[in-house]
Amino acid sequence: MRPFTYQRVATAAEAAAAVAGNPGAKFLAGGTNLLDLMKLEIERPAHLVDVQDIEGLGTIEQAEDGGLRIGALVTNTTLAANERVRRDYGVLTRAIVAGASGQLRNKATTAGNLLQRTRCPYFYDPNLPCNKRNPGSGCAALEGYSRQLAVIGSSDKCIATYPGDMAIAMRVLDATVETVQPDGTTRAIPFAEFHRLPGDEPERDNVLAHGELITAVTLPRPLGGKHFYQKVRDRASYAYALVSVAAVIQPDGTGRVAFGGVAHKPWRVEAAEAALPQGAAAVTAQVFADARPTEHNRFKLPLATRALAGVLAEAKG
Amino acid sequence: MLAGSGAAVALTQAPGVQAQGSSGGAATPPTMPVSFTVNGKEAELTLDTRVTLLDALREHLELTGSKKGCDHGQCGACTVMVNGTRINSCLSLAVQHQGDEITTIEGLGTPDNLHPMQAAFVKHDGYQCGYCTPGQICSAVATLAEIRAGIPSHVQDDITAAPAFSAAELRERMSGNICRCGAYSNIVDAITEVAGA
Amino acid sequence: MKFEQAAGTNPIDRQKIIGQPTSRIDGPLKTTGTAPYAHERHGPNHGVVPNQSYGYILGAGIAKGRVASMDTQEAARAPGVLGIVTTLEQELLPPGQGIVANIFGGAEIRHYHQAIAVVMAETFEQARAAANMIRVDYDRADGRFDLATLAPQARVADESGKLKGEPFKVEVGDFAGAFAEAPVTVDATYTTADESHAMMEPFASIAAWEGEKLTVWTSNQMIAWSKGSLAKMLGMKPENVRLDSPFIGGGFGAKLWVRADAVLAALGAKKVGRPVRIAMQRPLVANNTSHRPATIQQVKLGATPDGRLTAFHHSSTSGNLPGGDVEVATQQSRLLYAAPNREIFMKLAVNDLPEGNAMRAPGEAPGLMVLEMAMDELAEKLGMDPVELRIVNDTQVDPEKPERPFSERHLVECLRRGAEEFGWNRRNPKPAQVRDGRWLVGMGMATGFRNSMATKSAARVRLQRDGSLVVETDMTDIGTGTYTILAQTAAEMMGLPLDRVTVRLGDSDDPASAGSGGQWGAANSTSGVYAACVKLRTAIAEKLGMDPTTADFTDGEVRAGNRSARLSDAGELMAEDRIEFGDLDKQYQQSTFAGHFCEVAVDSYTGEVRVHRMLAVCEAGRILNPVTARSQVIGGMTMGVGSALMEELAVDTRFGLFVNHDLAGYEVPVHADIPHQQVIFLDHPDDKANPLKAKGVGELGLCGVGAAVANAIYNATGVRVRDYPITLDKHLEKLPQVA
Repeated sequence: MRPFTYQRVATAAEAAAAVAGNPGAKFLAGGTNLLDLMKLEIERPAHLVDVQDIEGLGTIEQAEDGGLRIGALVTNTTLAANERVRRDYGVLTRAIVAGASGQLRNKATTAGNLLQRTRCPYFYDPNLPCNKRNPGSGCAALEGYSRQLAVIGSSDKCIATYPGDMAIAMRVLDATVETVQPDGTTRAIPFAEFHRLPGDEPERDNVLAHGELITAVTLPRPLGGKHFYQKVRDRASYAYALVSVAAVIQPDGTGRVAFGGVAHKPWRVEAAEAALPQGAAAVTAQVFADARPTEHNRFKLPLATRALAGVLAEAKG
Repeated sequence: MLAGSGAAVALTQAPGVQAQGSSGGAATPPTMPVSFTVNGKEAELTLDTRVTLLDALREHLELTGSKKGCDHGQCGACTVMVNGTRINSCLSLAVQHQGDEITTIEGLGTPDNLHPMQAAFVKHDGYQCGYCTPGQICSAVATLAEIRAGIPSHVQDDITAAPAFSAAELRERMSGNICRCGAYSNIVDAITEVAGA
Repeated sequence: MKFEQAAGTNPIDRQKIIGQPTSRIDGPLKTTGTAPYAHERHGPNHGVVPNQSYGYILGAGIAKGRVASMDTQEAARAPGVLGIVTTLEQELLPPGQGIVANIFGGAEIRHYHQAIAVVMAETFEQARAAANMIRVDYDRADGRFDLATLAPQARVADESGKLKGEPFKVEVGDFAGAFAEAPVTVDATYTTADESHAMMEPFASIAAWEGEKLTVWTSNQMIAWSKGSLAKMLGMKPENVRLDSPFIGGGFGAKLWVRADAVLAALGAKKVGRPVRIAMQRPLVANNTSHRPATIQQVKLGATPDGRLTAFHHSSTSGNLPGGDVEVATQQSRLLYAAPNREIFMKLAVNDLPEGNAMRAPGEAPGLMVLEMAMDELAEKLGMDPVELRIVNDTQVDPEKPERPFSERHLVECLRRGAEEFGWNRRNPKPAQVRDGRWLVGMGMATGFRNSMATKSAARVRLQRDGSLVVETDMTDIGTGTYTILAQTAAEMMGLPLDRVTVRLGDSDDPASAGSGGQWGAANSTSGVYAACVKLRTAIAEKLGMDPTTADFTDGEVRAGNRSARLSDAGELMAEDRIEFGDLDKQYQQSTFAGHFCEVAVDSYTGEVRVHRMLAVCEAGRILNPVTARSQVIGGMTMGVGSALMEELAVDTRFGLFVNHDLAGYEVPVHADIPHQQVIFLDHPDDKANPLKAKGVGELGLCGVGAAVANAIYNATGVRVRDYPITLDKHLEKLPQVA
């Protein structure tokens, strides 16, 4: 870990300005992923702006439109335990408690979780080529050990997956990410547009500008229906998803579904959701129509179908 | 032997050369004062900003009960409670904890005056090598508090209901604490006893 | 004391303290965080030596080739840096005992993450940052990394498991002929994965020099071996090296040997003229040190319709660095089942991956995962119950030397008792028949087998003026319960309550013990304490003027005839002895046995496997402490679940490394993977093993478990997966259609 200076700020605008004016600066909230990566020098900030003291970012409030506004600093545990979330946005609670461990969820924040970087093993080993860590060095995963990695939306430069769970639920809920930009103005980013596909710039995980601070995630009015988050993994807990399914299914069999563990971002194809009443295979045939799996992760395609089938069976039962 | 495009790209970088642009050099690393309480005692330290809470405890306060198993949040051996909430102390900077109240394994009990959870671990042989044990015990104490507080878990059928003190709940909630010796079955027995007390 | 004849009745047989369920005497230290592990022995309160500095290891970024150049200028100038030792300035050190990889020195890179520098600094943060400032240029060479590709050229290993001597094959009777004629056969190829010990405490050492004398406070299972090994590597006289390792945060074989932490702490301390403290960073552990090598195994079984094995073939191929050993995966096959026609051998493929070496139950762990799956396949072909198949093929003698019996062998009892306790009769022998909602449910079983090894072990016992006792030996407690069973042994022998005995372990200045490995630690180290206590009893009786042969040591008193005296009346006395062994282990095969039973549920949608119930019925001689022995067994069972379901060091066959080299990438079981585990010990003291009549259980608990899990999965799904670990992708598409 390289030396860095550390500062605490009181307002979001102050935070955004402090980072924006310093190319080596980064925001620090829970730190559960950033410090992990700094120890390996995958992240090497020269200055950290600790946002934990910023007022108003730690609460969950009812929004005017009947939805919910989740402050950026709300921890995973607090969010998952929120009565309203458990009742009206069950898919979100289920996704959060399927992720990481109790300890990590106590520290990890809503905003930080969205910014979690990939768990691709080649990204994590600084000796090996990785376009996300070291642009232009190549992608060692493409023809390497790719069992965990993306089956769709990948590029020749990168097949990393976004590793989180919470965001898969937020995608299915049509959440919005609110930010403060370096100039002090705010913007609202539809969740579908927040995470990027790797394309030619796999080093960019999302659309945030340097110094742009997430202040909240808002959820629209509750959808009703039954909420599911089916996470499939090699061990029973404390593991990243091979495939996950976030779904909200209405009594008539219609609904929404997004997949985790399959792409560089939460993967949802709205057009395919019309096929939900016809069953899982009809949906995934469309959702994964453009899949380009590797030899190691081809199983994720039938797995996604089967996992969704399990969810649909439970929804009926 | 190298095959495919992986090999081609591999040759474009010299493996092991990590630096792209250098920092460091001879400049003195930044330090900062920080104060918090540990097990009820005030601690005032001036630390390199890079010092984690775990290393502040282990290296600067000589509280070596909290263990470093991985230093990356992958094992749980470093679990401590901060303001009553369990976290991985290896993934937290000490300077993030200004004013916090920290409880470590040393704050729960001593060999002559064991905390009920420590006594239950001894009784049920909830450990072997002992290295993950302080983290398991801190996590166990916090887990019972989390269930009492109604924090939901992955194994609940109904996440709007209050969670139970069942073995399945304990196993899920303790899963961030790895025990390679494989004492899990005994650890759950130990926690169950304390939960029922 | 030489143990040459079967043990008669001795004070241990009283079993007032030994054999009783006893909480660990080190429990209060471990549960309060006050047990001192190697890296923690610093500072004003816990420090073993003042003025310690921090060392940080840099691992090579290539798997094979040479270090062309190293630029340490920036690192050397970095704040707090005290000194750097690079591999280019150090002559190649010879390998230490028991290991094949050179730990340090020279330009040649033989495996990924080989240590190439150590940086010493005032703080951990400074040392870590500076290590990453060292710029290294490599000349990369081609390497051999893919076992499947290398296997066809693998050569048959010699009897010691290397490629030095004559190729060794067990060939009894006419295997080929018998197999060709057998009415029922199994012939299949199986694979097991490279596995990582993944003990929770990383390798750690503090080294300090005093003139020519070196002390290393470390985390090591085998103190006497490692003292000699470190001396050899550093070109020192062994008497100038002291190791101290009172608490070890797990080893599982990884800490049998001296590794880079100890060597580089010693070299670094010399360089900077200060003690150096190093903990190997977790991401370096898997590739820098050792692992259990992957295997490709073939089993061919021929049987009569009533299940009697007539033809038995087991062969295994594994890889290792030049000069390394095979993974002895066919070891148990020479002894486990009777079959008149036998063919058993191992092949070794030379590779350039990190070193393969001992991990808990080397050989038997992967060997039984395969053999016991093949037996399950045979049982199904025969239409025979898998338990009965094992029973029919039980042997009471060494199948290669029928004149050589087992000392004790109650495998049949393990299996029958296990079947009864587990409710085996409720198992549907037809696979894929039992459902519980979305779950497919199945039961499986396997035989567990692991040899018991007799090896010399010494101890010193000191009677204190107050009548209490101190036991001193360089034996280690790696979580096995050594502190407690040595105290129990001494208390039993001397007629003292347990709390009057203090045990000191892990210091190479104390008598050399068996050490902790190969599940031989408990039986041999307690026997060493037994020997020392016998000597002390004689000294005490003589001092008190009593007949040593009839003196009875009970309740803190010595009694002979109508006389009695307090133990403390003897004053301070000391005795040291060691147990040595004659040839009883040649006359009798000494082994341990288990029946492992498992019930699993497989998600019919996702293929995920969850273990619902586990039982082990074990026979391992006298059980010295049912509490700690049970823990050893459940720990093995847990590791067995890992082997069966998830553990795999993933090889990148282009770059030549294990890519998932941390505890997030290399998954071991967590709490949620492990159900309540039941363990039953049979009571069959083995009087031909040692005076304690005890054998080990630490590896037995693992041996066979993987196959029991795998066989349960097959029973649940009807899909046979012969490649471990059985991750869901390997059977997913063969499960019932769901969408």
